[in-house]
Amino acid sequence: MSIQVSPINPVSTVALERSTYLSHLLDLAKATSNEIAWLQEVRDHAVLRVQEQTFPTTRDEEWRFTDLSDLLKLDLVTAAPADATAAELPEATHRLTFVNGFFAPALSSIDNLPDGLAIGNLSSLATEAQSYLGKQSGAEEVFTALNTAGLTDAAIILVRKNAVIDTPIHLQFISSASQPALIQPRILVVAEANSSVTLIEEHGAIGETAYFTNSVSEIWLAENAQVNHTRVQRDSQTAFHIGKTAVSQARSSHYTANTIDLGAKLSRHNLEIYQTGEQTETVLNGLVVARDQQLSDTHSTIALTKPHGMTRQLHKCIIDHRAHAVFNGKVYVPKAAQLTDAGQLNRNLLLSPKARVDTKPQLEIVADNVKCTHGATVGQLETDEIFYLQSRGIDADSARKLLVNAFAYEVLAQVPIDSLRQSLIDHVARS
Amino acid sequence: MIRDNSETILSVKGLIASIDETPILKGMNLEIKAGEIHAIMGPNGSGKSTFSKVLAGHPDYEVTGGEVSYLGQNLLELEPEDRSRSGVFLAFQYPLEIPGVSNLDFLRVAYNSKRKFAGLEELDPFDFDDLVEQKLEVVKMDAAFLNRSVNEGFSGGEKKRNEILQMAILEPKLAILDETDSGLDIDALRIVAGGVNQLSTPDNAMLVITHYQRLLDYIIPDYVHVMANGRILRTGGKELALELEERGYDWVLEAEAVAS
Repeated sequence: MSIQVSPINPVSTVALERSTYLSHLLDLAKATSNEIAWLQEVRDHAVLRVQEQTFPTTRDEEWRFTDLSDLLKLDLVTAAPADATAAELPEATHRLTFVNGFFAPALSSIDNLPDGLAIGNLSSLATEAQSYLGKQSGAEEVFTALNTAGLTDAAIILVRKNAVIDTPIHLQFISSASQPALIQPRILVVAEANSSVTLIEEHGAIGETAYFTNSVSEIWLAENAQVNHTRVQRDSQTAFHIGKTAVSQARSSHYTANTIDLGAKLSRHNLEIYQTGEQTETVLNGLVVARDQQLSDTHSTIALTKPHGMTRQLHKCIIDHRAHAVFNGKVYVPKAAQLTDAGQLNRNLLLSPKARVDTKPQLEIVADNVKCTHGATVGQLETDEIFYLQSRGIDADSARKLLVNAFAYEVLAQVPIDSLRQSLIDHVARS
Repeated sequence: MIRDNSETILSVKGLIASIDETPILKGMNLEIKAGEIHAIMGPNGSGKSTFSKVLAGHPDYEVTGGEVSYLGQNLLELEPEDRSRSGVFLAFQYPLEIPGVSNLDFLRVAYNSKRKFAGLEELDPFDFDDLVEQKLEVVKMDAAFLNRSVNEGFSGGEKKRNEILQMAILEPKLAILDETDSGLDIDALRIVAGGVNQLSTPDNAMLVITHYQRLLDYIIPDYVHVMANGRILRTGGKELALELEERGYDWVLEAEAVAS
């Protein structure tokens, strides 16, 4: 009997692959053009941040359940502009459309802006963007830094002091690649004091070519500002999607996020809320529908730093077939954040014996006079529920669908635009 | 109302059923004709609720013997939804909450699935609204209930009234009320019983399952059956309910023990 010794340690091969892959991604990012002088500094700084880090593995606590190995197999190129058609939301008068990360003026609608609203891309709003772009907390995280390293353009929304914008603004990101590309959308939202705005951010694709979307949204709410933000991810079933939404909230501001993740082969949404002033309110509603072999991961972080903050989070996942959902919900309540009220609920509906969910509420509470609640449930459709509907003449299949849709509806009902809400309800019903 | 020449709606012979291999029904016999109101009474664990669920087709129960004929067809062969569409209605002891589904939509889907089964055209939402408005009267329900999610946040009495509203809309041939009176205050009980009485016709039949005689002050049965240990031990008229109220169930059980 002989013992064979493998000449190459397989772990180090993978590690080498990963570091090569990250520098390849960085090369693709750096290859994008930039003509704005101050932006080059921001980009260069981000390049250094990426170079200091390694490509995440499941040995990193933050990526424990989300294995990015399949992404390594994608031979990516730099994204190029492409033709597309915009899908209009009738309620949204103003729209910014980006195709493969490139601004598409012909598909956008930015005329006749109301007073106090400036929207456009980086070339038209560079001066206004300079003091905010890349400045949000968490910028050093590897994928956020990768996005910044290749920053050439961005969707920019500026809502001036006291401006109340009545019609929603539609931000549309379409991927239409003929070969696998690295696509890096970027959004900057600045809501000045006492302003109010509703945003619809949509990610979708034309065609079935695989691609890697690495998107970053930076959102700033000044004192007493209100932002209602709906983010819909309907990427292609072959795509990889890593998205960051980083929000900072000054005193008395109110931020609502409705995040709907339906697409992509593998998706990860990092949702980070920084309450920087007293008496701020944050409402996070999330819905994930994962089917076939999809993996859909949501990592949220809420940092309450001042007294009287309030957060409400409801995150629901519907998981079918061999799909896998991950939820990690961090809530930080440091000593200074007294009299805060934080509630978190994660509910998961497993529709198949092979479906899987990993859920991890993570509350770090130092303050001693606070109200914090959290809960996580994992369940299946109950025989009794289906029987009740059957006993009213509804067949078993329709009964199951009705119950799944009802589970999703609690979150979808929060989507503030009728046409979009209905299209999402239809989408869930079809799947 | 007992009439000699009424059609037989339900005929149960020697029905044996179990759950998780534990036998619950051990030879049920029952015959119900059009126009009749039957009450089944019995102590806890006698199998009353199981009998109602087996008739409605609950998948957790396994029928291992006997037969159930409904309007001449083998009821046990039908899926639960087809039993409902054919006119069997079970008012649940514990109606389920369905958050996210409006009561009105639920009623319309149920109503139209029955119409479709009968080869009729579906009723459009406007005509259906008119129909529901009339039926609300039967259970004295406020129209505001229609826009709420099915049973979500309803009180016990509201849930039971909602069951009777569904019954009013589906117009069953055989209505089975499983402990519809449990947990109701006297006002709600009167409303529910009043609804049931309004819906009772010479063409349909009611099977009222109850633990207490009180309900039978309001819904007057033609037959009262005493059930224990998975079988009907004694059958009588409405006066049997009063006797049970006075004397309890033990004398029936003892008489049965002596007889066997």
